[in-house]
Amino acid sequence: MFFSASNLTGGYGGVNIIEECSFNVNRGEIVSILGPNGAGKSTAMKAMLGILDLKNGTVVLNGKDITKLKTQDRIKLGISFVPQIKNIFTELTVKENLEMGAFLNDTNLLTRLEEMYDLFPIIKEKKDQFAGELSGGQRQQVAIARALMTEPDVLMLDEPTAGVSPVIMTELFEHILNIKKQNIAILMVEQNARQALEISDRGYILVTGKNAYEGRGDFLLNDKEIRKAFLGG
Amino acid sequence: MDFLNSIILLTNFIIVPGITYGSQLALGAIGVTLIYGVLRFANFAYGDLMAFGTMIVILVTWFLQSKGITLGLLPTALLALPVGILLTIAVSLFFDKTVFEYYRNKKSDPVTFIVVSLGIMFVLNAVVRIIIGPNDINFMDGHKFIMKAREFKQMTGLNEGLALKSTQVITLITTIITCSILFYFLNKTKTGKSMRAYSNNEDLALLSGIDPKKIVLLTWIIVSILATVAGTLYGLDKSFKPFTYFNNLLPIFAATIVGGIGNPLGAFYGGFLIAFSEIGLTYAYKKFFKYIMPEGLEPSTLIQFISTDYKFAISFAILIVVLIFRPNGIFKGKVI
Ligand SMILES: Nc1ncnc2c1ncn2[C@@H]1O[C@H](COP(=O)(O)OP(=O)(O)O)[C@@H](O)[C@H]1O
Ligand SMILES: [Mg+2]
Repeated sequence: MFFSASNLTGGYGGVNIIEECSFNVNRGEIVSILGPNGAGKSTAMKAMLGILDLKNGTVVLNGKDITKLKTQDRIKLGISFVPQIKNIFTELTVKENLEMGAFLNDTNLLTRLEEMYDLFPIIKEKKDQFAGELSGGQRQQVAIARALMTEPDVLMLDEPTAGVSPVIMTELFEHILNIKKQNIAILMVEQNARQALEISDRGYILVTGKNAYEGRGDFLLNDKEIRKAFLGG
Repeated sequence: MDFLNSIILLTNFIIVPGITYGSQLALGAIGVTLIYGVLRFANFAYGDLMAFGTMIVILVTWFLQSKGITLGLLPTALLALPVGILLTIAVSLFFDKTVFEYYRNKKSDPVTFIVVSLGIMFVLNAVVRIIIGPNDINFMDGHKFIMKAREFKQMTGLNEGLALKSTQVITLITTIITCSILFYFLNKTKTGKSMRAYSNNEDLALLSGIDPKKIVLLTWIIVSILATVAGTLYGLDKSFKPFTYFNNLLPIFAATIVGGIGNPLGAFYGGFLIAFSEIGLTYAYKKFFKYIMPEGLEPSTLIQFISTDYKFAISFAILIVVLIFRPNGIFKGKVI
């Protein structure tokens, strides 16, 4: 597996929020982490990024153990993250948001910007506006584009479709499918579980901080028990 | 004629001094706002940082003068300015390393930082008084007037004179240069943008690979430059007295808050707004009305809204009103 996290245990101030969690994702794959609110999905993401101190567990990227690395060093190795909240620079223009995405490596800045404009046409249209003035769906596109500017190998998305209408959600998922074509490993947390599974190769269901189910997207979608418990029937 | 005289009167007593004082406040307020935007606290030591920088400039000026080195028509202080800036940067970085960094690593809340900055204010304040003393110092040399009121009267034949001091022109030019460079840096360069990004969303800046240590270092450097320049310009224009610099904290904070804390362009405008309010409201308009009112209707009182003794009340009142009605400042726009 290109990017894998095994037996992650950790939390905030002594209390374990996640226990013995494991996830992995390959290049060109979309893997979803699903589960009820408060299950620890965002916490698991932070654990993989090194934002959270771990009591136990290992994170491996492309065969290299990165468990001890600081967040910024993991980013330098090609992991990019779109947080659940505050995921854009509201007081910078859309273009400046993307430029900040390329902060560590801007040798190909102009071509990379063009690629993002192709991938997200709305961004080209709004490039000189302050990102804070955009609608929810547009903001999420800016957030994802910022994360893609580093030309990452692993893209981690925390609820990329939170708070947008169903139409916009479908549109965002289409963008994510397009990103997958660039042979990027995509790991995403989602509340819209059913729709997320429809575009996912595999999925994990997290319950109170533990891996409860995992498997292929279509398998999870069709499992009666899982449907009833997590996908609203 | 009377109309022209009234215009010259206002220009001489309100507009020119307002632009000068406004520039000085603007530079100070931009410094305070940058510290707030990046380091996230209101730095009460700022007035005394300005005093420290100015003190170094004065000491170097004296040294240069003793060696017979001057700038001719221009004040020698301009030659001493780079040294003042460098030592002020050193002092800022010293306090950051020894004091602020500790609280930053502890993730202390803003109130703690404010109290800590008060402590540094007292230290700086004492250092300045020990080294240079508490008295008024005039360190302006070179050519004092670009135009004297009398010359203007002779030239134009008007009753009212328009005086233009070299310090006023130097203040304006220096402010234009400093602010142009600063705003170019913040809006057009990669490092400047990363500073705004860090100020806007620290977590996302970290996720983008922006190094917070560099941003903090850079902020202290910029702020020290602004403090020394503002302090020196103020001292050249009026005089240097440590207590006055401490007092200037009020109009500077007022300008910062009027402009929206963390918004450099707002702080720039805020500086002028406060300066013009202070000067405009403490000026006695009697003579002005004498010129523009028909004969027999001239005012019998001074027509002064508030005595100059209470000029600080104006900053204070503006501060309170803005905080109550527009706590984010009266300008809309980007915040650093
Ligand atoms: N910064 C934090 N400090 C303390 N507790 C937190 C923090 N963030 C989240 N939690 C707690 O951890 C649990 C899991 O939160 P989170 O990972 O955000 O869940 P999810 O993303 O699955 O909704 C919740 O009970 C939440 O209250
Ligand atoms: Mg979450």
